[in-house]
Amino acid sequence: MNSFHFIDRRKNPKGKSLGNRQRFLKRAKAQIKDAVNKSLRDRSMKEIDKGEKITIPSKSTAEPRFSHDREQGEREAVHPGNKEFSAGDKIKKPPKGAGRGKGKEASDSGEGEDSFQFTLTQDEFLDIFFEDLELPNLVKRSLKEIKSYAYKRAGLTVAGSPTNMNLVRTMRNAHGRRLALKRPSTKEMNELKERLFELEKIASPSEEEIAEKKAVLEKLETMEQRRRFTPFIDPLDLRYNAYEPTPVETTAAVMFCLMDVSGSMGEREKDLAKRFYMLLYLFLKRRYERVEVVFIRHTHHAEEVDEETFFYSRQSGGTVVSTALEKMLEVQRERFPAHEWNIYVAQASDGFTQSGDAKRCVEMLDEDVMPVSQYYAYIEILDERELEVFSDADSGAELWRAYRTFAPKWPNFAQTRIARPQDIFPVFRELFARDTQEAA
Amino acid sequence: MSAVSEKLPLIYNEADWDFDALKRAYDAIEDIALNDLGLNVYANQIEIISSEQMLDAYSSHGMPLMYKHWSFGKHFARDQMNYQKGYSGLAYEIVINSNPCIAYLMEENTMTMQALVMAHASFGHNHFFKNNYLFRQWTDADGILPYLDFAKKYISKCEDEYGPEEVEAVLDAAHSLMDQGVFRYNRPPRLSDADRLARIAARIKHEETSFNDIWRTLPNSEEPDDEKEVRQQEVKNIQLPEENILYFIEKASPVLRPWQREIVRIVRNIGQYFYPQKQTKVMNEGCATFVHHYIMNELYNRGQISEGAIMEFLHSHSSVVFQPEFDDPRYSGINPYALGFAMMEDIKRICEDPKEEDRDWFPDIAGSGDWRGILKDAWENFRDESFILQYLSPTVMRHFRMFAIDDDSEESHIEIEAIHDDRGFRRVRQILAGMYDLGMHEPNIQVVGADLEGDRTLQLRHMVHNGRTLNEKTSAAVLTHIETLWGYDVTLDEEDA
Repeated sequence: MNSFHFIDRRKNPKGKSLGNRQRFLKRAKAQIKDAVNKSLRDRSMKEIDKGEKITIPSKSTAEPRFSHDREQGEREAVHPGNKEFSAGDKIKKPPKGAGRGKGKEASDSGEGEDSFQFTLTQDEFLDIFFEDLELPNLVKRSLKEIKSYAYKRAGLTVAGSPTNMNLVRTMRNAHGRRLALKRPSTKEMNELKERLFELEKIASPSEEEIAEKKAVLEKLETMEQRRRFTPFIDPLDLRYNAYEPTPVETTAAVMFCLMDVSGSMGEREKDLAKRFYMLLYLFLKRRYERVEVVFIRHTHHAEEVDEETFFYSRQSGGTVVSTALEKMLEVQRERFPAHEWNIYVAQASDGFTQSGDAKRCVEMLDEDVMPVSQYYAYIEILDERELEVFSDADSGAELWRAYRTFAPKWPNFAQTRIARPQDIFPVFRELFARDTQEAA
Repeated sequence: MSAVSEKLPLIYNEADWDFDALKRAYDAIEDIALNDLGLNVYANQIEIISSEQMLDAYSSHGMPLMYKHWSFGKHFARDQMNYQKGYSGLAYEIVINSNPCIAYLMEENTMTMQALVMAHASFGHNHFFKNNYLFRQWTDADGILPYLDFAKKYISKCEDEYGPEEVEAVLDAAHSLMDQGVFRYNRPPRLSDADRLARIAARIKHEETSFNDIWRTLPNSEEPDDEKEVRQQEVKNIQLPEENILYFIEKASPVLRPWQREIVRIVRNIGQYFYPQKQTKVMNEGCATFVHHYIMNELYNRGQISEGAIMEFLHSHSSVVFQPEFDDPRYSGINPYALGFAMMEDIKRICEDPKEEDRDWFPDIAGSGDWRGILKDAWENFRDESFILQYLSPTVMRHFRMFAIDDDSEESHIEIEAIHDDRGFRRVRQILAGMYDLGMHEPNIQVVGADLEGDRTLQLRHMVHNGRTLNEKTSAAVLTHIETLWGYDVTLDEEDA
């Protein structure tokens, strides 16, 4: 008996259960979202783009079955491992809930579980995390000038480059023309030629055969002429695929991230700011393929840095906030002309700056930055104690008060405060929630 | 027989496997399984899969083909996490009761593990599937894969046609009644296997050839009159009370549309297919474990596997049959592998080397020597409950140090009813057997009335046994599901049986 075989299935496509997983995530969406938001508060930003183990209440994904009430009725059971019991012994029941029903009737109904724990992939996590968030006012300024062009198929033309030749159409035209002009086919020619060959082989042809040979020769002659006049493919037949440039609406956006890394920003403040930007950065990366992000950090002077440096390297020095704005304007003028780009700015600071600098910042914002910007968000990082002191929106550090005076003028300017890691997410949502467009 | 004087060459010597070694091992295992143990098996099909694919298969009842449903995604998510976090390992094998019998080998397994799995699944389980009376009577090994294929396609087409939400609602509801969707005692009034298969084949074929017609006209078309007549006749033939609630709903529901009835039917058929497995966990695993244990040892005796390999095997084997004691934190009931294996090994011992006590308890088999015949007869004609009642020996009860308890919610104390001593053996055995009687611990709920001519209320009744009432929370949730399928009021009452 050798009626068996091995089948190597390892190369089969994986993720057979992906469809089931999507159905499951959809089913438990509301709960998963709550769990994601909650987990975010406890989670360090470095981990944010990793998958996440989450726990959801099992209610929405329960699979109820009829089952017995474990607290009612009489049950007999056999267990292994007797040590000191003998028949007739009575054992006091453990208090309710502890060790009840141990072993017997393992709950597979899903009902026994109060919650359900599983792991989300990074993609799933971020998708849920950033759902409902949107860059404010993004669509408002899709400028005409920033259209780009994409080539689209646009029918056929009679002229073009050989690579674009449409063979099917060309051959179809040629075939039609050959039929219409009655071009003799090679097959017909060959048949006649064969006949001629046969006739020529006859040593002593009869009258009839001589006449036939003559007729065949003449016919061949006219056919060849015809073939010369009607070529197999004529330039008339050629057709080319046509492509036309079509304008594609694009919304080009650039996000400037300005962060104070000076000595006045303690580790905690920097950490909070970084967390905020990390979130912002992930959000942008995920939401908008066409968003450019420019990282500018500053002390008493500002510099443009890459992502890695921005988030992970240290620096110390004084604080001149306006340098960052200068740098930002410089980069913007050089690379992101306002008529081609939607410009977003987010600034994080502890609110302290060289005396007099706040005034200069406001001037710069008012005159140069706000006119070109789509949205400007200022995040002030506070001490927890300060948050209580400054619970009133009007009081605050120098920069905050300065911004406060001019903010009403610009509806697309937002300022807000963060003191604890758990504030970040609500603030973030507040700034970017889909409907915060009173600015319109 | 097992004393082979001259040693055969090793069939493998590396820890890693390759296809040649698998083939050699299979041939050697097959030789012992067929010519020594005399097993009777379906043709084998062995598939090599990755651990991820194993998880895939896990989450949908271990079936290679399954329709899509969120609950499988949920199980997958949980299994995957447990596996990745190391809370639980993967089962070494999945085997499907089909003809040919499909067994999965995980690519991560060592060669010894592959040999163990082949012996366990492709011969042990395979023999049990092919011969046990429950499987022969209730399942259709030839038809299951085509049927699942049909089910998967059908449900996916329904999703396209009626929307995933509609389909999900029916599946959710039907799943909640899966335990009440089996015929327990009487054979279902169904077509013969060949006819049923032919009908399925015809249905699939019809679907494929007239794809457009059937799927474009279905949404508006109601049940054709002739089919309706047949169905109504079937409803008349149902004698109340009916234990198979899903069957009753499928046939008699006043609101289900034809495609919804078909989906209910699919869920019911799959539930019925798995019903014998639920009743034979101890025997099925015991049989497979006994067979792999015998074969691996025999391979070693014949010199076909090395000392290292047999040590590795014994390590895996002993963790498979490990039985934690009741006060151990790892305890979660009696391990069916351990109990089944111990009982079958003990039957072999009683046949070959009985003690005085065994002669009293098992006069028919003690010392007969024919353990192969006795075991094969047991595998063929028993289920867990009857097998334990018949064959659980004092030796095994002592070995497990079994004790029986009586836990009554009215009492403040749990009473030890019997222990592993001469006075207690029979009682322990009786109670243990009762634990494997599904009829005893699954709620017995029946359709007792359906006012089809009047207000169409469906009446269900729970037959209460030993004061064990239903869990109200889950019952309410299930009743909501039943109302989805029935379309009218559903009542449930409880009556002492």
